[in-house]
Amino acid sequence: MAEVTASPHAGPARWLVVAVPYVWLLLFFVAPFLIILKISLSDTAIAMPPYTPVFEGFGAIGDFISQLDFENYAFLAEDPLYLRSYLSSLRIAAISTCLLLFIGYPIALAMARAPTSIRPTLVMMVILPFWTSFLIRVYAWIGILKPEGLLTLLLQAIGILGPTEQVQIFRTDTAVFIGIVYSYLPFMVLPLYAALEKMDATLLEAASDLGCPPWKAFWKITFPLSLPGVVAGAMICFIPITGEFVIPDLLGGAETLMIGKTLWTEFFGNRDWPLASAVAVLLLLVLVIPIMIFQNQQQKVR
Amino acid sequence: MAKSLGPVKRKFAPWTEPGAVPFIRFENITKRYGDFTAVSNLNLDIYEREFFSLLGPSGCGKTTLMRMLAGFEEPTEGRILLQGKDISGVPPYRRPTNMMFQSYALFPHMTVEKNVAFGLEQDNLPKGEIQTRVEEMLRLVKLEEFAKRKPGQLSGGQRQRVALARSLAKRPKVLLLDEPLGALDRKLREETQFELMDIQHTLGLTFLIVTHDQEEAMTVSDRIAVMDKGVIVQVATPAEIYEAPNCRYVADFIGDINIMEGTVVSASAGRGEAGTVGIDCDGLPVAVEQQQCTAAAGDKVAFAIRPEKVRISLDQPVDTSVNAAYGEVWDIGYLGDFSVFLVKLPDDRIIRAAQANVSRLVDRPITFGDMVWLRWPHDAGLVLAR
Repeated sequence: MAEVTASPHAGPARWLVVAVPYVWLLLFFVAPFLIILKISLSDTAIAMPPYTPVFEGFGAIGDFISQLDFENYAFLAEDPLYLRSYLSSLRIAAISTCLLLFIGYPIALAMARAPTSIRPTLVMMVILPFWTSFLIRVYAWIGILKPEGLLTLLLQAIGILGPTEQVQIFRTDTAVFIGIVYSYLPFMVLPLYAALEKMDATLLEAASDLGCPPWKAFWKITFPLSLPGVVAGAMICFIPITGEFVIPDLLGGAETLMIGKTLWTEFFGNRDWPLASAVAVLLLLVLVIPIMIFQNQQQKVR
Repeated sequence: MAKSLGPVKRKFAPWTEPGAVPFIRFENITKRYGDFTAVSNLNLDIYEREFFSLLGPSGCGKTTLMRMLAGFEEPTEGRILLQGKDISGVPPYRRPTNMMFQSYALFPHMTVEKNVAFGLEQDNLPKGEIQTRVEEMLRLVKLEEFAKRKPGQLSGGQRQRVALARSLAKRPKVLLLDEPLGALDRKLREETQFELMDIQHTLGLTFLIVTHDQEEAMTVSDRIAVMDKGVIVQVATPAEIYEAPNCRYVADFIGDINIMEGTVVSASAGRGEAGTVGIDCDGLPVAVEQQQCTAAAGDKVAFAIRPEKVRISLDQPVDTSVNAAYGEVWDIGYLGDFSVFLVKLPDDRIIRAAQANVSRLVDRPITFGDMVWLRWPHDAGLVLAR
C-alpha cells in the first residue's frame, strides 16, 4: 500500500473520498447480504413476503431472534442434491476455466506480439460481441447447436454427417461448455493480453542470448511473467461461471446440475425463499475461498 | 593513409601484426530495412582479447551491427565470421556470444542468483558447478550479499552489475555490451569503466562495446570504430582517433576542435621553414608539418587544431607571421581543470583555446574583452582533406 503523506488536502475532504466507496459497498453489498442471511435463517410461510418471522420493530426483537434457526442449512446438508449441485458447478467452472485458458492464452499472446499499429483493432474485435445482448448471443447458439440447427446443416453439406444424421450436442454439458467458453472468452483474453503486452520483449532476446531456445523461453520467462494475468483471468471467469444460470438453463439438459439453476428453482419454482437464501449464502462462502487465493497471489506479486 | 605519430610503445596491437588472424570478421555486411540502409557494405576485423568500441551518433548502425553478431538480426548481404567460421543462420541461442543489454533485461521474477545461473542452466551443467560459477561471478561484480534479492530491489548500479555477471557467467568468446553504462551517473560510470577494463583483462575475453559516449570509448578501448550513416569512417586506437582523425566528421565528433577552411599555398609558408606546408585560411597564414599534408598547392583543405594545443597570452609572440592570431576574448568557459577561451578574430571568426588551470587563482589574468594573442607550433594542427 502506498503511504499517504500529509498534504494540504488532509482532513475531512480526504475522508469523504475514502468513505464514498465504502458507503456504496455498505448500502449495496453488505445490507442486501445481511437481508439474505436473515431470510436464510427464517422459515417458509404462505404469506407476503413468503417467510417468517418478519421484522416488526425493536420492541419484539427478542421474539424475532428466537424464531431464527439453521434448519435450512441442515436441510442443505441432508439432501445430496445440493452438494451435487455445488460440486457440479465447481467442476463445470473449473473445466471451463481451463478451456478458456487454453483458448485465450494463444489469442492474447498473438495479440500482444502483433504490430503495435493493429493492436487497438484486435482489442476492439475482442470486445465487439458485447455490442449484442448476452441473451441474444446465447439464443443464437441454440440455433446453431440444436439437432436441425446450422451446425448439422453445415456438417451435412460438407458430407461429414449423412443426410439423416444430426448433431446431438444441444441440451448436453458440451453445449454448456461451448456457451460458457464463447461468452467468457473476452474476460479471459483481456487480462492475459494486459499482462503479456507490457512484457519487455528484450527479456526474450536475453533468454535466447543466454542459450535458451524460444519454446523453453516461453515456459521460463513469458508464462511466469504472465501469471498475474492468468490468475486474474481465471478468477474473473471462474467466479461468475460457478453461479452461472442463463447458459445452463438455455443450452444445458435436465442432467446439467448447476447451483444457479437450483437456486432459481428454489426461489421461483418452489417459492422457498429461505432455502434459496441459504443456497446463496453458501455459494458466496464457497466463492470466498478462490477470491482469497487470488488476493494472496496478488500480494505475492507485489 | 594513416598518418604516423612516430613510434609508439604498445603491449597489445594484433592489428599491426601482419600474420594475425581476426577473431571476428564482418565481410561486406549490408543491412536494409525496407528502403532504409542501416549498415552499408561494411568490413571490419576484430582480434582476440581486444576491447573494441563501435562509436557513433544514434542511428549510425552500430547497434544493428552488434545485433547481427549476436544473431538477433541477419545481414541482408555479406557474412560474419567468428574464428573463421561463417555464423550466418545460427540462432542466437547457439552462438558463443553473450550480450549485456542497454536496459539490462534482467528477469524480474528471478533472484539475482537465478538470473546469473540462467545461462549456465541452459547448458545443463551440474548443479554444483553452476553454484560455484554463480558465486564466482557475484564475487567478481561484488554482489555476494545480494544473491537472494530480486532485480526490483536493487539500485541501477547494482542491476548493471547483475547484467554484467549474467552475461559473463557462460564465459562467452565475445561479450557484447550495448551502451552498458548509459543509465549510470557520471561518477559510477567512470568507476565502472575501469572495472570493465579490469574484468576484460583478468578474464582475457574479447569485448565489443557499442556507445555514443566518446569519453567512454576513449577510456576503455584498444581500438575504436567511428561510424556514421551505416559506414565505418575510421578505425584506430583512441590516441590516433583523437590526434590524427582522418576526416572532418571524426575530428568534429571526437572532442573539441577548431576547423578553418583554407587553400594550400606552397610547400613552405611564412618564414619559409623547411618541411612545412603553408595554408591560407581566409587571410590567416598557417603552417603545418609536411608529413601531415599530402595535398598539392591550390587544393581546398581544412585546417584543424584542438583547443588545448592553442596557446593564449596577452603578450605578442616574437613571430606573428604564421600560426598566430590576434583577437578579443569573447567568452570564457571555466571547467575547473581547464578554462576554454572563445577568441573572436577581427573577421568575426571564433577560435577556441583551452588552458590548464595549473595555479590556484580565483581571478584569472585573462578576462572578457581582453585583446589576446593566440599561437601554436606547426606540429599542433592537422590538415583534413575530406
